[in-house]
Amino acid sequence: MTWRQRLGRWDVKSAPYLYIAPFFILFALVGMFPLLYTGWVALNKWSLITGNQGFIGFGNFQYVLAQPRFWDAVVNTFSIFLLSSVPQMILAIGIASVLDANLRAKTFWRMGVLVPYVVAPVAVSLVFGQLFADESGVINAVLTNIGLDPIGWHSDRLWSHVAIATMVNFRWTGYNTLIFLAAMQAIPRDVIEAAIVDGASRWQTFLNVTVPMLRPTIIFVVITSTIGGLQIFDEPRMYDNFGLGGPDREWMTVTMYLYELGWNSQRNLGRSAAVAWLLFLIIVAFALINYAITRRISSGDVRPMRKALVK
Amino acid sequence: MRSSLIRGAATAAGFALLLAGCTSAAPAPSATSAAPSDQKVSLTVATFNEFGYDDLYAEYMKDHPNVTIVPKKAATSNEARENYFSKLAAGSGLSDIEAIEVDWMPDVMQTADKLMDLSGDDVAGRWLDWKTKAATTTDGKLVAFGTDIGPEAVCYRSDLFKKAGLPTDREEVAKALGTTWEDYFNLGKQFVAKSGGVAWFDSADAIMQGQINQLPNAFSSSDTEEVLIPLGENQPVKDMYTSILKASVDDKLSANLQQWQPDWVNAFQKGKFATMLCPGWMLGVIEGNAKGVEGWDIANTFPGGGGNWGGSYLTVPAQGANQAAARELAAWLTAPEQQIKAFKAKGTFPSQVEALSSPDLLGVKNAFFNDAPTGQILADRAKAVTVVPFKGPQYFAVRQVVSDAINRVDVTKKQSATDSWAQAIKEFEALG
Repeated sequence: MTWRQRLGRWDVKSAPYLYIAPFFILFALVGMFPLLYTGWVALNKWSLITGNQGFIGFGNFQYVLAQPRFWDAVVNTFSIFLLSSVPQMILAIGIASVLDANLRAKTFWRMGVLVPYVVAPVAVSLVFGQLFADESGVINAVLTNIGLDPIGWHSDRLWSHVAIATMVNFRWTGYNTLIFLAAMQAIPRDVIEAAIVDGASRWQTFLNVTVPMLRPTIIFVVITSTIGGLQIFDEPRMYDNFGLGGPDREWMTVTMYLYELGWNSQRNLGRSAAVAWLLFLIIVAFALINYAITRRISSGDVRPMRKALVK
Repeated sequence: MRSSLIRGAATAAGFALLLAGCTSAAPAPSATSAAPSDQKVSLTVATFNEFGYDDLYAEYMKDHPNVTIVPKKAATSNEARENYFSKLAAGSGLSDIEAIEVDWMPDVMQTADKLMDLSGDDVAGRWLDWKTKAATTTDGKLVAFGTDIGPEAVCYRSDLFKKAGLPTDREEVAKALGTTWEDYFNLGKQFVAKSGGVAWFDSADAIMQGQINQLPNAFSSSDTEEVLIPLGENQPVKDMYTSILKASVDDKLSANLQQWQPDWVNAFQKGKFATMLCPGWMLGVIEGNAKGVEGWDIANTFPGGGGNWGGSYLTVPAQGANQAAARELAAWLTAPEQQIKAFKAKGTFPSQVEALSSPDLLGVKNAFFNDAPTGQILADRAKAVTVVPFKGPQYFAVRQVVSDAINRVDVTKKQSATDSWAQAIKEFEALG
């Protein structure tokens, strides 16, 4: 084999790896290293102010898992996640299918749904802060005017989650709508036309043709919104001006608990890092569940359709 | 602004002054040695919010042609705080002069070895004793020069007082308010009996803030190092908690608000409460929130003796290269003459003894507060402060536990005072 041949073979073999290498090098630097270092911090008594105070093994994990506040935070996170993701998904698919129809000024409407996403979260929280204020808020004023009891937006745990989920939905529904819209436009028109020719109503077409063909996209959106939902921080933190999650931590999420331990009351980065790792494990567990479900779904009737699309 | 408000209720917000320094090369000289006056030097000064120093920099550079001042201003004190402690720990990257807030003191004291000792004859006796004492380590090192303070008075709505048949003139009101917290609550009971639903004070936790700052040692049994008293055994704090919640809930003196929340801000327009504990910097907050409302006034008294809430300092980090020049500038900026100029520019109330008797300061009147002589009143209030509360590294964590306990009863009304205290004890134990 000549040098040239050898080089050529080497090129064929290794070039693909070289092409993807930049991502993995970058990932190792900004993803893997912080992850492992956080793990190391979690195994030490580590103060924000005075630094590492010595190795303590799994003491931080023991502490965190024994805190009722941690479990409250886990419950709050899932509650807010479900209250936001489920309605968001349904709304986004609905709006996308409307936008997919033959509207006048299409681009205007399509850009319109993205506007809330562009608004800074701080501005959103200021506006919603006025809406959801307990005594002087707009919503409670309306409720009392029509003879209902005002809602304790900042004192009732579930209602505070509803209010925060509303902010999240306001921001993210439009974004997911655009993803669904793109997927809908990739559905071949002849499939839909065939359904119409067969006498399917609009609703039937939507339910039996459009939605099944959206499955891969739905799975993608579910996974990304699960990751985002479990890491939720901005909206609950800005739900009041203290950012701790209420006097009884009614709306404190896992990331807020992480922040409180590390930067707020205790300045204990070790415990904070332990929470970060626990959250990481929760998300990994969720990703695995998602993966299992995804495989089951994609081995169903989606695969033949995908093949049809590829053709 | 927002981030400082986050900590506002439990701790102190106020106007903060931050000076970041530039770099200085010489090893730390003794505090009194002056920098060579001909050497070219560039000094960075890091502040946050408004310290009122902008014009002063130009003045200093004019008198010291060899000095170039590079100001840095962080948008919020929280941002400045994160920057400060991460770079202090890292050992590089800080400005030559860094402003800090009184809230940071517990952490600053832990890292005193990373700051220049600023003590010297030139600044001896410059500040109110309690201001200096709060910045002095147990072994006598002065880690920071005082800038402003937040001496507390009582602000009140004279129109609402009139309706309830109470005196309205600020001197008579001061007399009627008495001297103790019990007097203050008693007048409140008289007021709410006739006020038709208007509360006496805004927030139970704000009253707690006022009272706890009068304890020399709220949560620790030693005032040189922190030895936390188990909350369950902390009788003085428990007594305060009980009496404040009794006044708030049983006597209905509280408007059940949490400071800085939208409901609290809106309550100024709706006139939901008649009095408020107000440190100097709060006057501007009230004026902003109560725009268009007439009747606010300020009484020259404070229940239970004097009280201070908030205020700032300047530090010179030991990592800086031009410490001598930085100290000289910091000393100049915090001199009474300069601090009065800052007060006139941005309303930061000076902590310097001499400034408190300056006619410039004493002559200040506030039109919004019915032309009250706020300069004179706040100067009197500053002199009435006698206690320097000891705040160790865990102070704010414990304070937060107590604050949450009060708000669960006063604001969200989800728990009884007894249950909430029991929960607070558990939360305290979890701090460990």
